[in-house]
Amino acid sequence: MKKGKITGAKSVVRSLEAQAVDLIFGYPGGANLPLYDELARASLRHVLARHEQGAAHMADGYARATGKTGVCTATSGPGATNLVTGIATAYMDSSALVAITGQVSRHLIGNDAFQEVDTTGITIPITKHNYLLQNAEEISRALTEAFYLAGSGRRGPVLVDIPKDVLLEQCISGDGAPPHLEGYRPTLKGHPGQIKRAAAIIKAAERPVIIVGGGIQSQAAYEALTALAKGQDIPVVSTLMGKGSFPNSDPLYLGLYGYHGRIAANTAITHADVIIGVATRFGDRSTGSTLHFAPQARIIHVDIDPAEVGKNIQALIPIVGDAGHILGELVAQLESASHPEWVRRLQAKATAHPLADLRGEVTIPKVLRGLKRLCPDAILVTDVGRHQIFAAHYFPVDACRSFLTSGGLGTMGFGLPAAIGAKIGRPDRPVVAVCGDGGFLMTCQELVAAAVENVPVVALVMHDNCLGMIRQLQHAFYGKRFTSCDLGNVVDFARLAESLGCVGLTVERDAEIEPALEKALAAGRPCVVDCRIDAPANVYPMVTGATLMDYIE
Amino acid sequence: MKHTISILCNDTPGVLTRISGLFSRRGFNIESLSVGNTELKGKSRFTIVVQGDDRVLEQVRKQLQKLIHVIKVWDITPEAAIEREHALIKVDVERHRKGELLQILTAVEGRIISSSGSMWTLEVTGEPSQVDNALNLFKDYTIVESIRTGRIALER
Repeated sequence: MKKGKITGAKSVVRSLEAQAVDLIFGYPGGANLPLYDELARASLRHVLARHEQGAAHMADGYARATGKTGVCTATSGPGATNLVTGIATAYMDSSALVAITGQVSRHLIGNDAFQEVDTTGITIPITKHNYLLQNAEEISRALTEAFYLAGSGRRGPVLVDIPKDVLLEQCISGDGAPPHLEGYRPTLKGHPGQIKRAAAIIKAAERPVIIVGGGIQSQAAYEALTALAKGQDIPVVSTLMGKGSFPNSDPLYLGLYGYHGRIAANTAITHADVIIGVATRFGDRSTGSTLHFAPQARIIHVDIDPAEVGKNIQALIPIVGDAGHILGELVAQLESASHPEWVRRLQAKATAHPLADLRGEVTIPKVLRGLKRLCPDAILVTDVGRHQIFAAHYFPVDACRSFLTSGGLGTMGFGLPAAIGAKIGRPDRPVVAVCGDGGFLMTCQELVAAAVENVPVVALVMHDNCLGMIRQLQHAFYGKRFTSCDLGNVVDFARLAESLGCVGLTVERDAEIEPALEKALAAGRPCVVDCRIDAPANVYPMVTGATLMDYIE
Repeated sequence: MKHTISILCNDTPGVLTRISGLFSRRGFNIESLSVGNTELKGKSRFTIVVQGDDRVLEQVRKQLQKLIHVIKVWDITPEAAIEREHALIKVDVERHRKGELLQILTAVEGRIISSSGSMWTLEVTGEPSQVDNALNLFKDYTIVESIRTGRIALER
């Protein structure tokens, strides 16, 4: 090696170290082997996933649980395409992720070479930005920019595609200069005039409601939101992504609103005269038909992404900026207020429409409530489907970054690998994945990664032998013609777990739920609890009509 | 309603894909697109005409602004804009009609770029409506081939 020069692969490792990255999830292949050769000599921990999609979800789960940027790597071609679902999941939920992919050598690009795919072309629509590097000198700057982009403003995934020969090329080590991006200037501070106008509207409100979304990223923002709601006595409803953004046990919290929202929460939206939407994009699963959404409300919309303002819902007062800053300003400008009649009315609605107790020996609500009793401070990671909505309703969380779910893309298979990433990032907290049997089978090979890396994550499989949400939709909208939602009664998840190096437990009786959970949480090893749901039940409320008040319960 | 959007962006490989891909995946319809270098080194300017109401336009503008390579986006209102289009038309014209075509060409401020026997290649430059008008007038002749650029625009 020439004096003062390093290889591209070494430059990647140095750039990661400069970003204080100590952990990377990945899977090796021909095109990123030079990087793996270098990783072997670095102090970075590498977690070998058993599928690239798993690596992406792990990095995403790590990012969601810690607030840091997750990093994953894969090789060219199928390695990169296997990352795609994970990257798209992170993109839809604004999760900070840096993906580094190997690419075929420069002289082969465009030739349909072995394991060549147009990775940057494929990932343009699902990344905040991406790079195809042409020489090793670019590595340092590109990675510095990638981390800056992924972790600032509205967070999101950034992909850096590096040809194999660029990883092997000699280059001068980067100077570590801060990134300069002419076309990227996220707005962080809210416009003072808009904040003042919003404060005046909140002050005059008689029936205000706060909608909180998934963009509450810091403890400061979490506390500012709590202070605003409590100081102004404003009821809070959340989106699925926003569930962890406000203490769920607070009497002002009315729960999830929208398509599967609680009646009290949807009532609040329908009758509110002022809505403060915080870090939410007013997605279609929440608002339903936008024509009928919040007919009486004047809307204040706080979001860091200017493109979200006015995209789905027209706001009277848009405020672009960091939620923590804007909420802090609002708290400072407003004297405390109360809306006793409005709050009482909504709380009465909540009491009149409690969460149902389902019949059956082992039910999803029973498992979730048992978990809450035994382990109230768990980080709950869900998969996608009926159990996901049950989890949103039946497992209250009272701390930021404690409810991780694939809200935007709705990726089945997210739960287990995301929980593994979350547990690696937060070894101090219990991390529990709640999955359906359908989604669990999509990524259950990652149990091997958890076993080998000794990550004591707990996975609860709601085993009802069917694709529950599909079945529910066919029940409601397809004349009960159940097609391809029956998974068959063949899998023994406890034995599956044992064969993949984990602890496996089975629950068939009500009385077995809590002992099994206790055992799983104390196992000190990755553990799967096969919860045999004996009477599968639909999850309600569910909106079936044009407005949020056309529901079945 | 038609809007003209002007985009100043980095002149890097793939920037056209990023911009045109954004239009297609967000369901915005491009009426015309032209791109070229500017007085700034390493920068290109796109002029894109889109169809849509003000709300669509605002989304287009904001989504474009989110692309890291995009530096600035303007919505150029027709009153404040200088807009030009350019058209090339190859016409097969009979001998006895050449005088008449020449008159029309003078009226629309066009030029003959090349001629070979009965085959004339004409060019017309002007505001989009002038180019429309010229192409309309040429319809009486045998148009063999024709092409027009998308519009380019600058604020006054």
